[in-house]
Amino acid sequence: MAVLRMRDALREALREEMRRNPKIFLMGEDIGKYGGSYAVTAGLLEEFGEERVRDTPIAESVIVGAGIGAAMAGYHPMVELMTINFSFLALDQIVNNAAKLLYMSNGQINVPLVIRMASGGGSQLGATHSHSLEGLYAHFPGLKVVCPAFPADAKGLLKRAFRDQNTVIFIEHTANYGLRGEVPDDPDFLIEFGQANIVREGRDVTIVGYSGSVHQALRAAEILAEQEEVEAEVIDLRTLRPLDIATVVESVKKTNRCVVVEDDWKFGGFAGEIAALVMEHAFDWLDAPVARVCSKDVPMPYNRTLEYAALPSEEDVVDAVLAMF
Amino acid sequence: MTTRTTTPEVLERIGRERLLDFLYQMVFLRRFEERAGELYTKGKIRGFLHLYTGQEACAVGSISVLRPEDRVVSHYRDHGHAIVKGVDPKTVMAELFGKATGCAGGRGGSMHLFDVQKNFLGGYAIVAGHMPIAVGLALAAKMSGEDWIAMCIFGDGSIAEGEFHESLNLAALWKVPVLWFCENNLYGMGVHLKESLVTDITKLAAAYEIPAVKVDGMDVVAVHEATREAVEYVRREKRPYFIEAETYRYRGHSMADPELYRVKEEVEQARKRDCIERLRRQLEEVGWLDEAGFHAINERAEAEVEACVQFAEESPEPGIETLYDHVLKGDPHGRPTNA
Ligand SMILES: Cc1ncc(C[n+]2csc(CCOP(=O)(O)OP(=O)(O)O)c2C)c(N)n1
Ligand SMILES: [Mg+2]
Repeated sequence: MAVLRMRDALREALREEMRRNPKIFLMGEDIGKYGGSYAVTAGLLEEFGEERVRDTPIAESVIVGAGIGAAMAGYHPMVELMTINFSFLALDQIVNNAAKLLYMSNGQINVPLVIRMASGGGSQLGATHSHSLEGLYAHFPGLKVVCPAFPADAKGLLKRAFRDQNTVIFIEHTANYGLRGEVPDDPDFLIEFGQANIVREGRDVTIVGYSGSVHQALRAAEILAEQEEVEAEVIDLRTLRPLDIATVVESVKKTNRCVVVEDDWKFGGFAGEIAALVMEHAFDWLDAPVARVCSKDVPMPYNRTLEYAALPSEEDVVDAVLAMF
Repeated sequence: MTTRTTTPEVLERIGRERLLDFLYQMVFLRRFEERAGELYTKGKIRGFLHLYTGQEACAVGSISVLRPEDRVVSHYRDHGHAIVKGVDPKTVMAELFGKATGCAGGRGGSMHLFDVQKNFLGGYAIVAGHMPIAVGLALAAKMSGEDWIAMCIFGDGSIAEGEFHESLNLAALWKVPVLWFCENNLYGMGVHLKESLVTDITKLAAAYEIPAVKVDGMDVVAVHEATREAVEYVRREKRPYFIEAETYRYRGHSMADPELYRVKEEVEQARKRDCIERLRRQLEEVGWLDEAGFHAINERAEAEVEACVQFAEESPEPGIETLYDHVLKGDPHGRPTNA
């Protein structure tokens, strides 16, 4: 065990996997000489060379498409897309090719590709650089969607992504990169997809989050315990597709209340999917309708006060919980 | 256009047997597509069907240069490319029928043919969406040090797409062995190239420092010669090369096209350059083919096409229980949750 920041845990995963498997190579804007816009890939160019750490032009579609092509020919590429907002320029490749080729080809072509991108607001980057859209990718059959909240999970899940035979969309919250935590240094440390983690046990309410929102949920749980004598159970989904809804349902059957927290917009978002699944599988156990705490329905404003108001906060979570009692 | 006069020496070099095979393949594709069109009107084939009639010299002249290990990706007008790359035409016809024996198990359809064994890595129906993939394939070839190349076939309609430009640039920048093969049939659906492109196609390729030639896409010998030189270059230099084949599609864009954007005379004019008639004449002139020989070829092609149709007719539909197969590799159900 070592205490690492999230970005360092991610880098360790990349380094270990690249040492293990010579078919892994990295492509992305500024991942080499610059060291990565969030410094995840810093130092990898020096260790692995230009052939395996490839700086690319600013051309998201061809970077992802080239990753797909190389994956079809026996490689296991990783593409870094700076932020999820830029991934829209590669949406055709991700959605029409990576997600569908296995099915359309009747199982002949699989695309073992890892696409990493950052999401999340809170840094006053304005509307084109601040959104969280994990749920968008979770919508598509044929993809896997991973969104870690802690350094150890980030490492174990990213290593696991390179053992998958499918395309994995790996989304990191910008506010988490500097987060520190204990991380196993065992090179065989993997975290299976589709296993949610109960990060805090409680009997009164289940708060569900992923990526950045797990931390709001945890802070809210502390406030609830200290000030309101409410013990919240906090569940970190870790992967949205596949989704471990069973762990959530089991928890809700114990607590009888459920709040979903996410940085994405509420309307048409993933929190609604969780709410529907909880209703389908635990309706009779619910003492209150499932609540959703999400971003306000606006493009992200630049102004600090407005941005804070637009994002879900721990106070919003506390309020949503208290409204259920 | 580089005008290539097909001299007897060129024919001699390619050889009688090979040229007769080219003729057979073009006739076969013509009959295959005509039959597919008929079967569409009978409701045996559904969805979108884009026929290749008129453009056969492009597939036959170019893909015949490749080795089995070379990878081909194509767009949605892909029957000819798949068949010339070696995909069993029976499985292509079965795919058009949506049958389990189709080369994509009935999951792809006309626009999405696949046969990994033959290194035909797909028909792609998002215009220009397969061009980035070709860059990645060629990158893999180069990184692995293997000797194969990637060939990417697309229409003139791709050229205004961003993915075209991103792909040409990166292929040239990274020096990867890809042959870009543009079948310029003058139209993207009903839009004439003049209305969608401000410059000349090969000038664009040249702007990305990719050697580019124009060739008469209705002359199989010319296409073959140009592609032979191109493939030699791509394999030797491990760099991209660009061919624009000037061709014409005789039928509508798809079976649903009322063809309001062109006049009949234009189609008739193009038919005068017909690739089958041209090769037939060339072979007759050097005494390698006579009338009876051509009829034999045509009859053999018709019989082969009928065998494909029969195979497709008699093949089973994919079972409903296979619906969720192949959503995710290594996951038999591919369901999103464990609920
Ligand atoms: C991205 C995208 N936009 C539009 C379409 C609809 N569409 C299908 S084929 C086509 C024309 C393409 O023409 P071209 O590339 O010249 O190929 P051709 O049909 O002439 O063989 C269009 C617009 C599409 N499939 N994909
Ligand atoms: Mg066209």
